Amino acid sequence: MAFKRNRRSPLAAIIVMAAGLALTGGGYAAATSAVEAAKPVSAIATAEQVTEGKKLFAANCASCHGKKGEGSSGSNVVPSLIGVGAASVDFQVATGRMPGQASGPQLEKKKPQFTAEQISQMAAYVASLGEGPAIPTDAMVAADGDSANGNTLFRINCAMCHNAVGAGGALTHGKWAPALDGVEARHVYEAMLTGPQNMPVFNDANLSPKDKKDIITYLKYVEETPSMGGYELASLGPVVEGLFTWVFILGFIIAITIWLGAKSN
Amino acid sequence: MSNAVAEKKKPGFAAGAANYLDERVGAGGILKEFGRKVFPDHWSFMLGEVALYSFVVLLLSGTFLTFFYQPSMEFVIYDGSYGPLKGTEMSIAYASSLDISFDVRGGLLMRQVHHWSALLFVAASGLHMLRVFFTGAFRKPREINWLVGFMLFVLGMAAGFTGYSLPDDLLSGNGLRIIDGMIKGIPVIGAYGSSLLFGGEFPGEYIVARLYGLHILLVPALILIFIAIHLFMVVIHKHTHYSGPGRTDSNVVGYPLMPVYVAKAGGFFFIVFGVIMLISATFTINPIWNYGPYDPSPVSAGTQPDWYIGWLDGALRLAPSHWEFVAFGGTWSMNILIPMIVGIGFLVIVAAYPFIEAWVTQDKREHHVLDRPRNAPTRTGIGAAGVTFYAVLWAGAATDLIATNFKVSLNQVLTSMQILLIVGPIVAYIITKRACLALQRKDREIVLHGRETGRIVRLPHGEYLEVHEPLGEFEQWKLIDFKDYQPTLARPNSKGKITINARIRAAVSRIYFEDRIIPVTQTELDAARHDHPEAIEAPVEQEAKQITQ
Repeated sequence: MAFKRNRRSPLAAIIVMAAGLALTGGGYAAATSAVEAAKPVSAIATAEQVTEGKKLFAANCASCHGKKGEGSSGSNVVPSLIGVGAASVDFQVATGRMPGQASGPQLEKKKPQFTAEQISQMAAYVASLGEGPAIPTDAMVAADGDSANGNTLFRINCAMCHNAVGAGGALTHGKWAPALDGVEARHVYEAMLTGPQNMPVFNDANLSPKDKKDIITYLKYVEETPSMGGYELASLGPVVEGLFTWVFILGFIIAITIWLGAKSN
Repeated sequence: MSNAVAEKKKPGFAAGAANYLDERVGAGGILKEFGRKVFPDHWSFMLGEVALYSFVVLLLSGTFLTFFYQPSMEFVIYDGSYGPLKGTEMSIAYASSLDISFDVRGGLLMRQVHHWSALLFVAASGLHMLRVFFTGAFRKPREINWLVGFMLFVLGMAAGFTGYSLPDDLLSGNGLRIIDGMIKGIPVIGAYGSSLLFGGEFPGEYIVARLYGLHILLVPALILIFIAIHLFMVVIHKHTHYSGPGRTDSNVVGYPLMPVYVAKAGGFFFIVFGVIMLISATFTINPIWNYGPYDPSPVSAGTQPDWYIGWLDGALRLAPSHWEFVAFGGTWSMNILIPMIVGIGFLVIVAAYPFIEAWVTQDKREHHVLDRPRNAPTRTGIGAAGVTFYAVLWAGAATDLIATNFKVSLNQVLTSMQILLIVGPIVAYIITKRACLALQRKDREIVLHGRETGRIVRLPHGEYLEVHEPLGEFEQWKLIDFKDYQPTLARPNSKGKITINARIRAAVSRIYFEDRIIPVTQTELDAARHDHPEAIEAPVEQEAKQITQ
């Protein structure tokens, strides 16, 4: 009977497990909501953000863009930031394109130099210089639109530079349309809205917010759906397929012919 | 007498099989003859087989696809399994191709089998042609078979192109638009030709059905006929072989078709089939659902034809776009016409090469022993120039991908390729010819003085010598068995006149054979064997003298 007294209740394991799940799950939910809260989703900036943003701007951006973001039109053309809006700042700085490392046909994407908070402060400051497109909310960029409409719009408006599945493509004189695989939905939206670097602007009259959401839905579908036909060979089309045929298929078969043609010892 | 002989000889497997058919269809004699055909063993002789087997795979997989494909350009609203196209307006041709990919069991695999084997078919044919070219297998009596093979290569491109356009997706539609533009670029007849082909203004409603007819009837029938002629001629001519002891222009050394090659080739067919299936099951090709239905307005980045049309696309890309002028009430698109002329001209030269070389050499002998490429330096040089020319055009179709992947300017890539297209073949010719001559010289050296062994021997009086090992008979044969051609002179004909033809031939012959390495003669060989120790010592002495002077 001592054995029985010491024995735990059969419900103990379930209770412990439930408590553990509740703890980790609740903690995770709390943590993610905290992260969500830190995201720059608000269009209305506080005065404190603007002040902080002005300091960051003076230290990191003003040397090229001017003290008040007026840009310069001399021998070294630097765009004015008055009226480009918070969306532009968020796209350029959060994808690491700004601050630029070297001038060239196009700025490279790289590791972001600032934290999300700093970026939102700079965005608030630039937005205070003149009215411009705001950073889209999470609901605006959620990939839950109509992927078929997004597919059609993407094919008509984007594929000529970015390739049919967004694998990227070449433009003239060293410029290029980057690959869209792995690009955050918010940045895709901001790029359409502000037309960064060599990209044209697709404003809300051209592609409505719903259209933009559909395009994002299509891109996320392509990104998340595994390939139907096997390895995709970088989705670059017939050139890669031809190269693969010559190098790997024919190479493999030639190796077999050499084996078949070898004299038996 | 004859009965007695027949009793003594026990019929083999080939003879037995022949007897069975002989009693029924009287084909025994042919079969017996055929079964005893001898084929030499070498890996490079199997490249044509690869093309043949991929054609068989093409026929099998293509038949499967015809069960489900509908060549109609009528519009439908797509309602299949692929989400991002649901509700999109498209042609029945595209919708049925999507159904093959997503809703027919095994359909996507069969589409991929068909497409990969098509790429392999043309690639293997091309490589087989290169083997034939560089070994001189096109010489008398095989000039006509070279032409038949050439036709097969061109038909392979035609089959590929007509098939590429059938899914009626955006990529293939853009390919058709380029063909339309090329036809319209031909002066006078261009516009008529285009409306004849498309049944009106591009794209019209007929082109897919017309291409389908060509793709499944005319082109494969022609390919089959040419394959039959091609193989028949191989049987008539017998197979070529590489030089070696006992191998001459009047024999073939190898194994009989029955049973050795029937087993070997049959097994090889399944290996090729297996490789194609393996690749098709693991690697995507032409994901048509990504490209979307055809619509003449959008052109997506990275739009390229399949590899075998790539060189023509490259020719169009490399032509400067300002070569266009308005005259006589029309636009003359030289930027389209000149690439077309260059492409056709290149093909004509490829087809005519055996006849050009025969005219230069005036060699009327039959050749069944193949050349090592180095032993025909000018031909090998010309071949290398042709390969370079083709390769630059081919790479020209990928200028945009080269630009993005190597992070260079698209315009600079284009300019470099334009320069390379002219300079590349010349440089390739010179380097290859010189390399061949150097290799021949090396061969001569090895035959006469033997191989360097790296063994240093010290003689009693203190001199050091490296021991050279003479070649074996078999190895030596390969190095000395080739024909020597000399430049022909422009001689007067029976009327005592030196014709222009003779002058041109003499000039070309000089280019071909002015620099040449003469094969080692028996006398030279005997002398080298006899003087072998001296041959090693002599240069050493000379060097010593030079130093003391």
